[in-house]
Amino acid sequence: MGRKLLLEKAHVENIRSYDVYRKEGGYRSVEKALKTLSPDQVTEEVKKSGLRGRGGAGFPTGMKWSFLAKPEGVPRYLVVNADESEPGTFKDRYLMEFIPHLLIEGMIVSSYALGSNNSYIYIRGEYAWITHILEQAIEEARQNGWLGKNILGTGFDCDIFVQRGAGAYICGEETALLESLEGKRGNPRIKPPFPAVKGLWGCPTVVNNVETIAALVPIINEGGEEYAKIGIGKSTGTKLISACGNINKPGVYEIDMTISVEEFIYSDEYCGGIPKGRKLKACIPGGSSVPILPANLLLKTAKGETRMMTYESLADGGFATGSMMGSGGFIVMDDSQCVVRHTYTLARFYRHESCGQCSPCREGTGWMEKILWNIETGKGKMSDIDLLWDIQRKIEGNTICPLGDAAAWPVAAAIRHFRDEFEWHVTNPQEAQQRNYGLAHYADALAVPVA
Amino acid sequence: MNSQFSEAQLQEVKRLTSRYPEGRQKSALIPVLHLAQNTFGGWLSKEVMDYVAGLLSIKPIEVYEVASFYTMFNLQPVGKHLLEVCQTGPCMLNGSESIIDYIYEKLGIRPGETTADGLFTLKTVECLGACGYAPMLQLGEHYREHLTKEKIDALIESCKSNRANA
Repeated sequence: MGRKLLLEKAHVENIRSYDVYRKEGGYRSVEKALKTLSPDQVTEEVKKSGLRGRGGAGFPTGMKWSFLAKPEGVPRYLVVNADESEPGTFKDRYLMEFIPHLLIEGMIVSSYALGSNNSYIYIRGEYAWITHILEQAIEEARQNGWLGKNILGTGFDCDIFVQRGAGAYICGEETALLESLEGKRGNPRIKPPFPAVKGLWGCPTVVNNVETIAALVPIINEGGEEYAKIGIGKSTGTKLISACGNINKPGVYEIDMTISVEEFIYSDEYCGGIPKGRKLKACIPGGSSVPILPANLLLKTAKGETRMMTYESLADGGFATGSMMGSGGFIVMDDSQCVVRHTYTLARFYRHESCGQCSPCREGTGWMEKILWNIETGKGKMSDIDLLWDIQRKIEGNTICPLGDAAAWPVAAAIRHFRDEFEWHVTNPQEAQQRNYGLAHYADALAVPVA
Repeated sequence: MNSQFSEAQLQEVKRLTSRYPEGRQKSALIPVLHLAQNTFGGWLSKEVMDYVAGLLSIKPIEVYEVASFYTMFNLQPVGKHLLEVCQTGPCMLNGSESIIDYIYEKLGIRPGETTADGLFTLKTVECLGACGYAPMLQLGEHYREHLTKEKIDALIESCKSNRANA
């Protein structure tokens, strides 16, 4: 049984209410931080913890905070990114829905460290009911003296507001999020300047993921060094994984980063294996934009080592034979699924979500979608596969924001590892309408799963 | 249609704009558009958008460009009940396509279409963050998850009986 730092209390009855949350030890980190630590000391604890951004990029949080400019007389802002939209990812929703005070508590501590007196939660518009849950939690925190003026008599003022978006994946990109929060289209900004220097309304701003900010609570309570003892190497602490697709127990799991991918998929503590006696075919381990891996490369690295649920191990082998931890959106496909069709839905997703600023992304995503649809529906040519490869290469790295990369990678990885399945669609167009390709050669190298 | 907020709604607009620094009231645009869409029949007409522009002291074009960017804002009338079915990868793996087909079988509408009685509009959407509870759809402010044919039947029935009660 792994350690749980964020969701340990998520199943306590009525933990959503302030009274229960407080009785279970809630808001201790605010007392500790505001009364015994300076803002810089809080940042130091975050650096010691080794915490890495939980939104997808995995950038060290303490370092990101240290970049925040602090000019005299200019307000600074903390903005929490709750625009969870990466296909396969639904962990922040779980945290906010079931234990909202954990986010509020982490935000107060973070706001203190960063010197933010007005902090915002930008939540995706579809999570309407969670907006109400958060606003209720904020109101309770305010009534109990954790928000407002002169918190705990320390002279620190802080307020938190929830802002709903309106359906745009791009607003998960931090500068698009800030544009949206300013009441504009979610078009990413050209960087530099980075938000740490010029962010919300031109002021220095830190944008962090929900899970990242929630992790401040155990980091302050237990100390950064204690937090860093959990996990392996630079993958410290715990990570929320949202598991979905063809597994027996889809849901949100908090793992300490010491378990193998195989254990995560087959153990009853986590995904509980593949339903209906089917076999594992492929998996996208970190949200739809990270490379898909066939079962053999998923469970073991190209070097033959057991692949672990850590940032480093999931990325082992680079994009040639590895993938990424990403947002922790873990999508499992069984042997009845079609990689071409699945990739098509992702290409459609990215075409729909492209903001349209950069030509390679605006035009390329639509082009890839159309070609993939042709291949999937038996109208593809062999040269289309090379064309797809060519298009994704020309999108990657050529756009203002990472959405272009996010759109290119799934197509690239699908062709890299499943080219024979694409070719089979072209050479057997009629058969491909009747049945799916199946496991084929990926099964050969499969380890016998632990039950 | 009379596109004016009630006194209580105007208070809500005031509360929303008070959350930002002086002169940054435009930041309230998306929340106010949600309020407007909920109030004025589930979509944003030009008249409504112009009204919102006036409330926030911004140009109408600033409202149009935002309203047309975000998927949740409808710029055309929709049925009383908007069924938004997620169709992205993880939902597809769990049968979202058969849910869309079944709704067609029940109501005779394809994505983008509205039933003749104006009760239902079907819309396909991209990932709503419910991948572990697929297939799913959004109806109003709530998600309906782990969908089956039986659940669709019940959902459609309850929408219809709401009308009877109204």
